[in-house]
Amino acid sequence: MWGRPPSAVRRAKPGNVLARSKQLEADFMSDTILVVVEQREGKLNRVSWETITAGQTIAAATGWTLEAAIVGASVSALAAEVAAKKVAKVYAIESPRLEPYTPDAFAAALKQFLTTKRPQLVLMPHTYQVRDFVPKLATAMGRTVISDCIGFKHEHGKLVFTRQMFQGKFAADVSFASDAPWFVTFQNGAFRGDKAEAGVNAAPVETVSIEIADGVIRNKPQEVFKEAKQAVDLTQAEIIVSVGRGIKEQKNIEMAKQLAEVLGAELAASRPICDSGWLPMDRQIGSSGQTVAPKLYLALGISGAIQHIVGMKGSRTIVAVNKDSEAPIFEIADYAIVGNLFDIVPPLIEEVKRAKAGN
Amino acid sequence: MKILVCMKQVPQKDAPLKLNETAAWIREDVSYEVNEPDAFALEESLRQKEKHGGEVVVITSGPARSQQVLREALAKGADRAIHLEDNAFVALDAFNTAKAFAAAIKDEKFDLIFTGLQSDDYGYAQTGVILAELLGWPHATIIMQIEKTDAGIKVKRELEAGFFQFVDMPLPAVLTIQSGINKLRYATLIGIKQAKNKPIRKVTLAEVQSAIGGNLQKIERLYVPQKTKKTEHIEGTPSEIAKKLVDKLRNEIRVL
Repeated sequence: MWGRPPSAVRRAKPGNVLARSKQLEADFMSDTILVVVEQREGKLNRVSWETITAGQTIAAATGWTLEAAIVGASVSALAAEVAAKKVAKVYAIESPRLEPYTPDAFAAALKQFLTTKRPQLVLMPHTYQVRDFVPKLATAMGRTVISDCIGFKHEHGKLVFTRQMFQGKFAADVSFASDAPWFVTFQNGAFRGDKAEAGVNAAPVETVSIEIADGVIRNKPQEVFKEAKQAVDLTQAEIIVSVGRGIKEQKNIEMAKQLAEVLGAELAASRPICDSGWLPMDRQIGSSGQTVAPKLYLALGISGAIQHIVGMKGSRTIVAVNKDSEAPIFEIADYAIVGNLFDIVPPLIEEVKRAKAGN
Repeated sequence: MKILVCMKQVPQKDAPLKLNETAAWIREDVSYEVNEPDAFALEESLRQKEKHGGEVVVITSGPARSQQVLREALAKGADRAIHLEDNAFVALDAFNTAKAFAAAIKDEKFDLIFTGLQSDDYGYAQTGVILAELLGWPHATIIMQIEKTDAGIKVKRELEAGFFQFVDMPLPAVLTIQSGINKLRYATLIGIKQAKNKPIRKVTLAEVQSAIGGNLQKIERLYVPQKTKKTEHIEGTPSEIAKKLVDKLRNEIRVL
């Protein structure tokens, strides 16, 4: 069964966290999981549901209580949205100084909250925003973050978290060697957001007002903006031919382009290719580019670094061509071709042409 | 501006890696290279120095082999280097690595510290931010542009899904640099020659030992990830492979 029966869920009265800190310290135990969901400009980041699922799964394995928190200037409406899920409680951690996002304010607010509340485990999605503040927060508390995890194991009463290392060539099981709270971030796609269980009743929402002193916030962020309008929407493509470092030189892009043309595919690339200017940035797939799920993803000379994989692992069929039989891309490929792409692509172009002509 | 660039030596991208006998780390008899985002961080520091004057200092930790990244940086134009030299540094977590760096530079006065946004081996994406917190400095991550202003700097942060944001911040500060922020230069022959006379300060483990402690997280085991997908290998000569694949595209994947 999941967590504790509702009757055992302890309730705290709404009010100011600073005024109640003594009571809370005595009140909360070390067997709580806290998921900190992410919001941007008043909207929940959908990856938050994945982290809720992660929290529910760990709660089921450990028997710990699951709670959630959301941080911002005015987030009680979003907190109510989270409270519909199977969680014991949701905290809306608020201060006018939490908008716009700054690492200084987020770390200060969560440090105050967590120091009082002392959960055992704090889970967050491994987003660019979390990456920006969570190492600071953990360090300020003398704690550590096991970052970018893809799963967990509960072995003989001990929690270990699985993360990729060496660009996905290895997985590592990592444990905490420090006191709570333990911070863990989960990679996009590690858990299924649509599996987040709804609660029978809405969980209580408690608003926690945080004081952030003058001078704490040092950065002055400006408006978030999008560079030139994205010319290519790769998310709509049925077939994507994608090139990586294995393409070696800019002039070889032409060959991949020909293959894309005969297949009726969009041409895309991993980050290094766009960094080199061989293809425009709007054709980049991965954590800093577009996330796609076409019928066919044909990866040419892509090793399969984590940052790329997160952008294409949802593809229905993945065909990978790589000369390195150990390349991580083969871990997620449906069809693997170990070989030199310069040998394989030219006859493939001819063969596709022939097949199309025969139709 | 006086800039420190934190650099790391990592196994080459296509190096075949094997587990060592502890099964908690790799066998280290592989080829190494500079962690890619760190190369962009170095390039950015050199460009800032060319614009505004100052000094570029590079720092790394690791055994003797890791001096290579410092040599390359000096050849490209860094002024001097700091090497925390000991095999023990390889196994430190991000928290302790940052503590060791902070201890090694305690008598220096930098305006900026750059790191790559993450390393290709551990992939923590944390060391720069931790270092900022230890020093009490502001930071910004995943940086694609840096401009000096009257009050400090204005940086361009990359956000997800094609979004960006400019952030004004005071100095000193720590920035983690994204790959592709600039175009990398090659070392010149003159640069390589001059590098031989540039100073590398060695820092021993003993010198920073009091600043570091036990790791806060522990790698229990390292292993080849279990496959979740059944992969079918297509084999043969290139033309046979092409024929077989087209057959699958038509009959199994149904996109032709």
